[in-house]
Amino acid sequence: MYLYDDIDQRLVDERVRQFRGQTERFLAGQLSEDEFRALRLRNGLYIQRYAPMLRIAIPYGLVATRQLRKLAEIARRYDRGYGHFSTRQNMQLNWPKLEHVPDILAELATVQMHAIQTSGNSFRNVTTDHFAGVARDEIVDSYVWCEIIRQWSTFNPEFSFLPRKFKIALNGAKADRVAVAVHDIGLHAVKNDSGEVGFKVLVGGGLGRTPLIGVVIREFLPWPHLLTYLEAILRVYNRFGRRDNIHKARIKILVKERGADKFRDEVEAEWAHLKEGPSTLIAEEIERVAARFTRPAYERLTDIDLGNINVPGFAAWLKRNVHPHKVPGYATVTLSLKKTGVPPGDVTSEQMEAIADLADRYSFGELRVSHEQNLVLSDVRQADLVAVWRAARELGLATPNLGLLTNIISCPGGDFCALANAKSIPVAEAIQRRFDDLDYLHDIGELDLNISGCMNACGHHHVGHIGILGVDKNGEEWYQVEIGGNQGETRRGAKAALGRVIGPSFARAQVPAVIERLIECYLARRDSEAERFVDLVHRIGIEPFKEHVYGNADQRPSRRHRDRAVA
Amino acid sequence: MATLIKGRRAVTEIAPSPETGEVLRLEPTDDPADYADRLGRVARVEVHFPKFGDGRGFSIGRLLRERYGYEGELRAVGHLTRDHLFFLESCGFDAFELRAGEDPHAALGAFDDFSESYQASVKRPLPLFRRRSG
Repeated sequence: MYLYDDIDQRLVDERVRQFRGQTERFLAGQLSEDEFRALRLRNGLYIQRYAPMLRIAIPYGLVATRQLRKLAEIARRYDRGYGHFSTRQNMQLNWPKLEHVPDILAELATVQMHAIQTSGNSFRNVTTDHFAGVARDEIVDSYVWCEIIRQWSTFNPEFSFLPRKFKIALNGAKADRVAVAVHDIGLHAVKNDSGEVGFKVLVGGGLGRTPLIGVVIREFLPWPHLLTYLEAILRVYNRFGRRDNIHKARIKILVKERGADKFRDEVEAEWAHLKEGPSTLIAEEIERVAARFTRPAYERLTDIDLGNINVPGFAAWLKRNVHPHKVPGYATVTLSLKKTGVPPGDVTSEQMEAIADLADRYSFGELRVSHEQNLVLSDVRQADLVAVWRAARELGLATPNLGLLTNIISCPGGDFCALANAKSIPVAEAIQRRFDDLDYLHDIGELDLNISGCMNACGHHHVGHIGILGVDKNGEEWYQVEIGGNQGETRRGAKAALGRVIGPSFARAQVPAVIERLIECYLARRDSEAERFVDLVHRIGIEPFKEHVYGNADQRPSRRHRDRAVA
Repeated sequence: MATLIKGRRAVTEIAPSPETGEVLRLEPTDDPADYADRLGRVARVEVHFPKFGDGRGFSIGRLLRERYGYEGELRAVGHLTRDHLFFLESCGFDAFELRAGEDPHAALGAFDDFSESYQASVKRPLPLFRRRSG
C-alpha cells in the first residue's frame, strides 16, 4: 500500500475544500449547470438516472482494509448500504446526495482516499495488473510506476482540461492482464538486453463507439524518460485533439486521422524539447516511492501440495480462484463478486467489512480490485487456503468461476446509468442462470463474457470473447452479440483483438439461448480442450458461429444464392 | 463586465488604452511558434479560452514562456472562472480576465487552492520530486 506523505495528504485535503466551495457556489447559483458539470465530473460526480453517482478512486486497484471499512461506512451512511466495483478498479456509489458529497470526500481523505479525476475530461485512474507484485511472471513492480504516473497526472496544470477522458494502463508482467492495447496510452514494462527497464508505449487504443487496438509508437522507452515522453504525447493531444465533437475527441481519433507515423513524428518532435528536462526521472525518486509502499512481511515457507486436500468443493475453487505466488508457500486468492443473482461487482457494506476482516487475518490487510470486478487477496499462506475458502463461501464470494463464462464483466446498465440504451444486469443474471452447471462451465473452459448497456462500452464488450451490447431500437432494448474479442495477451500468441458482430440483434429473452448456441458450436468444433472459445473463433472465423445461431437458407436467402452462384 | 486580475490583485482597466505596443491575441488553434519573433515587441499576449473546458491555452502559455522565452504580460481571457486560476498561473499566466459575474476579491483565494504541484511548470520549474530530493 502506498502511504501518503504530508504533501500527498495536503493536496487531497485541499481538494476537499475546493470542491466544497464549488458545490456551495453551484447551490448558490454562482456557477452555471455547465460549469459545475465540468467541475463535478472531474471529481467523480455524475447526475444519474435516479440520483447522483459518485465514483471513488482506488488508484491502480490497491486498497487497504481500513479504506475498505471506510467505504463500507460511507455506503451505509450516505448510500443504500452497498457499492459497485467498476472495470476501472474504482468504487461507485449509486445513491449519494449532492450536498453530502463534500462530507463524503472529507471522510475519504481521512483514509488517504479521494474521487479526484475519476470522470470528466481528465486523466483517469491508472490501472494495472491485479497480480502486481506477486505474479511469477513479473518484470517490474508496476505499482511504483503507477504511483509515479498517478502523481504526475494529478492536478496536472497543463492537462487538466483535456479534449476527452484519458486512460493509462501499465503492465509490469509478461502476460497482459491489463488490456494495455485498448487504452489511450498503454505501457508494457520491458527489459532490454542489458537488463535495463523501459516501457513499450502504445497509444490510441480504446473501446467506446470507435473501438481500436493501440499502436506501438515506441518499442523501448528507457524509464528515466517516462514522464517527459508522456508529457510530449499529452501536449500533442491537448493541442490538436478534436474538441468539436465529443465522439471524436479521444486520442485514438487523432492518431487514426493523422496516421500512426505522423503522430509518432509529432510526439518525437515535441519530446526533443522535453527530453532530459527537469521532469526526467531519477533513481532516488523511484526508490523514494518504492519505500513508501508497505510490503507484506512474508514468512519463510515452502510450497505445499494442495492437490492432496480432499474437501468437497475445494478443488474446483482452488483450480479457478487461486493463482500461483512468487513467494514459496503463498498463493493469490480471488474473491468472486459474480455470484448469480447479484449484479457483477456489487458488494454490501457487511460484505466489505467481512472481506476486510478476512484480508486482515489472512492477507496482510490489503486487497486489490481487478478490472474484472472481483477482489483479490494477494498474499494468502497456502496453509490457510481451506480456511479462506470456507470463509469466502460463507460470504457468497467463493463462486469458482474465475476465467469462466459466468465471471461476467458488466456495467451497471439501464438499471442505474442515464447513458444506457438497455439493461445489463438482468442479462448477466439470465446467462448465469442458464449456465449454472459447474461441470459444464469447466468443460467450456476459459471464456470472457462482457456486457455493456450502451456503446460507451464500460462493460468492455468489444474485448469479451463473447461481447454483448445493449442497443435501442425504436425505444426497445435489443442486444447485439460479438465474438472473438480478446482483452490482451493473457496467453502467449493470443493478441488483443476486437470482437465482430455476428448479425442482427436479439430480444433480451433470446440472449441466453444465443450464448448456448455459440457454445454448442464451439464444443462441436474445438480441436482439444486447450483450444479456447476465442482461439477457435480466431482459427475458423465467425461464419460457422453465425450459421449455428441464425440457421441458414430461410433466413439468409440472398447470401445462399450468391454462394451457390460462386460455387 | 469581466473581472480582471493582475499580479494577484483585482484591478479595473478603464478603457483599452493606446499602449506603447500591440496586443497579440492568440486563439487555441494558433501555434505560438508562428509568433516567436514578435514576442519581444508586444505589450501583452492574450490567450483566448473560448469555452469553460477548453484547455489548449494552458499548453500555449507554457510554450510561450518556456520555449519562446516570452517575459511580458500573459493574459488569459475568455470563459474562465476562479477554478482555472491555479492552473493558469502554473502555466505562466500573470493576468486573468474572468467571465462576468466572478467576484474578483473572492476569486483571489483560488490562487491558493493548492499549496503544491507534483509537476514541473512555469511557476515551479522543478517537479516536486526534484525539490523533495533536494
